[in-house]
Amino acid sequence: MSDTGIGKSVKRREDLRFITGRGRYTDDINQPNQTFAVFLRSPYPRARIVSVDPSGAAEVEGVVGVFTGKDLAADKLGDLPCGWLVKSKDGSDMKVGPHPPLAVDVVNYVGEPYGVVIAETLAAARDGAEVVVTEFEELDATVSLASAMDSAQIHANVPRNLCYDWALGDAAATDAAFERAAHLTTLEFSNNRLIPNAMEPRAAVASYDASTEEFNLITTSQNPHLERLILSAFVQLAPEHKLRITAPDVGGGFGSKIFVYPEETTAAWAARRIGRPVKWTADRSESFLTDAHGRDHLTKAELALDKDGVFLGLRVKTRANLGAYLSTFASSVPTFLYGTLLAGQYRTPAIYVEVEGVYTNTAPVDAYRGAGRPEATYVIERIVETAARELGVDPAELRRRNFIPPDAFPYQTPVALEYDTGNYGASLDKALAQAQYSSFADRRAASERRGKKRGIGLSCYIEACGLAPSQLAIQLGAGVGLYESGEVRVNPTGNVTVFTGSHSHGQGHETTFAQIVSDKLGIPFENVEVVHGDTGRVEFGLGTYGSRSLAVGGSALIKATDKVIAKGKRIAAHMMDAPLDSIDFTEGAFSARTSNQKLTFGEVAFAAYVPSNYPTDLEPGLSEKAFYDPKNFTFPAGTHIAEVEVDPETGVVDVLSFVAVDDFGHVINPMIVEGQVHGGIAQGIGQALLEHGIYDETGQLITGSYMDYCMPRADDMPSFIVDTTVTPCTHNPLGVKGCGEAGAIGAPAAVMNAVTHALGVVDVAMPATPERVWRALRGA
Amino acid sequence: MYTFEYHQPDSIEAAIELRTEAEDAIYLAGGQTLIPTLKQRLAAPSDVIDLAGVPGLTGIKVEKDRVIIGAMTRHAHVAASAEVAKAIPALAHLASEIGDAQVRNRGTLGGSVANSDPSADYPAAVIGLGATIQTNRRSIAADDYFKDLFETALAASELIKSIEFPIPKRAAYCKFPNPASRYAVVGVFVADFGGKFRVGVTGAGPCAFRIGALEAALSKKLDPAQVDNIEIEYDRFNSDLHASAEYRANLVRVMAKRAITALITG
Repeated sequence: MSDTGIGKSVKRREDLRFITGRGRYTDDINQPNQTFAVFLRSPYPRARIVSVDPSGAAEVEGVVGVFTGKDLAADKLGDLPCGWLVKSKDGSDMKVGPHPPLAVDVVNYVGEPYGVVIAETLAAARDGAEVVVTEFEELDATVSLASAMDSAQIHANVPRNLCYDWALGDAAATDAAFERAAHLTTLEFSNNRLIPNAMEPRAAVASYDASTEEFNLITTSQNPHLERLILSAFVQLAPEHKLRITAPDVGGGFGSKIFVYPEETTAAWAARRIGRPVKWTADRSESFLTDAHGRDHLTKAELALDKDGVFLGLRVKTRANLGAYLSTFASSVPTFLYGTLLAGQYRTPAIYVEVEGVYTNTAPVDAYRGAGRPEATYVIERIVETAARELGVDPAELRRRNFIPPDAFPYQTPVALEYDTGNYGASLDKALAQAQYSSFADRRAASERRGKKRGIGLSCYIEACGLAPSQLAIQLGAGVGLYESGEVRVNPTGNVTVFTGSHSHGQGHETTFAQIVSDKLGIPFENVEVVHGDTGRVEFGLGTYGSRSLAVGGSALIKATDKVIAKGKRIAAHMMDAPLDSIDFTEGAFSARTSNQKLTFGEVAFAAYVPSNYPTDLEPGLSEKAFYDPKNFTFPAGTHIAEVEVDPETGVVDVLSFVAVDDFGHVINPMIVEGQVHGGIAQGIGQALLEHGIYDETGQLITGSYMDYCMPRADDMPSFIVDTTVTPCTHNPLGVKGCGEAGAIGAPAAVMNAVTHALGVVDVAMPATPERVWRALRGA
Repeated sequence: MYTFEYHQPDSIEAAIELRTEAEDAIYLAGGQTLIPTLKQRLAAPSDVIDLAGVPGLTGIKVEKDRVIIGAMTRHAHVAASAEVAKAIPALAHLASEIGDAQVRNRGTLGGSVANSDPSADYPAAVIGLGATIQTNRRSIAADDYFKDLFETALAASELIKSIEFPIPKRAAYCKFPNPASRYAVVGVFVADFGGKFRVGVTGAGPCAFRIGALEAALSKKLDPAQVDNIEIEYDRFNSDLHASAEYRANLVRVMAKRAITALITG
């Protein structure tokens, strides 16, 4: 095997440009005759727009135009849609509040855009925006999630602010299980609101060519084809063939750049309106206020166990904050990406989950790294740990007693999913060994001698990656398919350009995808170029989210590569005058079993484009496309163990060690995978201890900068111990599962189990800030 | 940022003249508060007077009984100064924990003390060491200097030239950093001037202050447990999303104890 093939830690080829400042991000791109946009934003959580007087702005030198929601409405631009229709228990459709790209009559969260000022310079646009006089009539706002259903109604068509009242599972069976229970564990907790904080803020450079009626939107998107589809089919900005969307280097997204937002949409519209390119780049304050937030649940969970600690039933009731409007995939996150995961790694026979999705006058909430699965894992792993403590059973032992055993796969859970494979005991055992679990008591005693409290916490998470299959998802309300496309274009000289519908915004696809294609074709890694993020160059794509790129996008490339090899065999058979079924392809060469003849991949590629000795019934060229629609989700799983020490005087939690043993199936590039795990864990520890998006009672975001929103930093983290176990995915050609979100999914419960273990309390709300921990210790 | 006139005066006198004559001028020292404020358009001064080129405002001088630090001396400079580390190690330690490396490379002593942010670190040392603030007009004793939230004894155009820190027998600074901003939620500076003690606190109240009762108690007996014998009034303490007044009062106790312990153990 070559040193750049599958399974090798090849250095990321994209890093040279990233770390030397030569990346090309949206804001690096300028167009001739470009203008700059600054948005008019609501200072109120809810208000009626009485009037907008732009006359002052018109007098500012350099201002080109001022537009409001009315201008977009007059041009018949459609609402920003939510792409997943969720139905309530009673079968009724979710209730969708109208979501125009720019607010027309009413603004519904602080920071919501209702207008835009376009000028020759950014400074002039800012000056112009400041002198637009807007009269608002403040309306009662609904800010608190807890009281949202008994508070001011936000959308006229949504009584009690209830978007949907969704349920999954067998209520009667679950009730029956609870009646048989020997022990009941109940927990009520919140899952804190997070703000994504991609390093690169959202941005757009939009232009319009009146002669061809073509839009060119360069923007920070995780899925440019999906954005094109939505802007065409729903917003009706332009037909798809007249709309090109490019997402060049994108500096992080964590989900927040999946969605179609007001600003990018408006920039494109405005480019046509004024006949000049329009550029907008969010400043950090705008990112805090308007990037779709994550999490924000209130949950009551109950676990029923028999006298031996075997789980009989799980009942979960969650209220999920959707914010003021339904963002692109908001409805699916607390339902199909949450409720379906509540079996975890366990054989719990009866599960029933109810979710109220409610509107509040806050920024929209949508998928953020893990998207529903971290919330599900938190519910299961906190309540399982709590049950173990109540029963006086070792938490690892209680989990082991309830694991789905390795011989039970495929395993149908009571909440819709069918797990294809797994070995949960193996990752638990490895993690316990790595964490030196058995000698914890000694370390705790040592901490006590120093006046510190020590705790250890487990989290045996499962996640579902690569949403699938398309038909089932569409039946369940998805508005798009969940396949991926890929193209392997062999050039005449035998090097290869790969086109993928996945999109890298930091994941390293240019390296990983080149590894799999070069390995498969037996050609040098350097001979494979990966192209992504451009609707003008890539046929189609559904983008990167939900840790789907390798499992779905990589599989599409394998499928296309197989087609290339199959065609190559036909060419080679002809050239070597050998039967097709006698041709083998190994290590970059076609050979005939019937003779000692051999042709390199390059020779066959050249023949395909210079077809002199060539089959007459075969098209020239060697370029193949494939769409791969997965049969099922993939199910990465593993055990995370956190060990913490608490300073009882200040309440400071120090994460001393963090062990992650993950089963991602086969691993293509272990270094990249480890990097993904590190990043996920850092965000998971961030959620547990540091990060919190807080609106005060007046609806203002009071954690709107890095002075108040605490991002995790290197010195907040221990050195992670990362290891893997392998049960290959059974239904994709690479046997891979996905690794991008595991850290963020597993870590919060591990850390909070450790914190509560150290403190000897049932719960501390996330983030476990020093003051919260200090109060928990004082019982106040 | 709004537009403003930018000046680079080459003397203290020129700086003061600009400040006095302009409609609404402001001095720029290290800019670690001012520049972000300007960038967010939260301030609109007519003139910004950059002190970076003014001679005589930087440098560290150690005399027999005091350390004199120029107002424009950067935090990183104080943190790395062997002279400061020898004379008042607690002061070099304090400077080394301000903000992050970028802040320390730009931020200045004078800028910090003139701004009197309630959670800045330096004011704890100014109070805790009983420093003297030398301005272009006069000497101001630390005890007379900090007035309230962002309020000091400085007159409108008055410029800090240097700060003189008396060298104690020993001293220690203990800080509880805000996890997000790394400002001091609470910082306590304890100094021993040969049996007479001073205790300066930052972060807890509207501006830095002394704890007289603890100073007196320590003068009787130097023991961290003395903290348990005094009242910490927290009615006027700051309360925000990071720490309630009550929790800050606890942190004053804990940081004071740790500073006293550090002072004793060296």
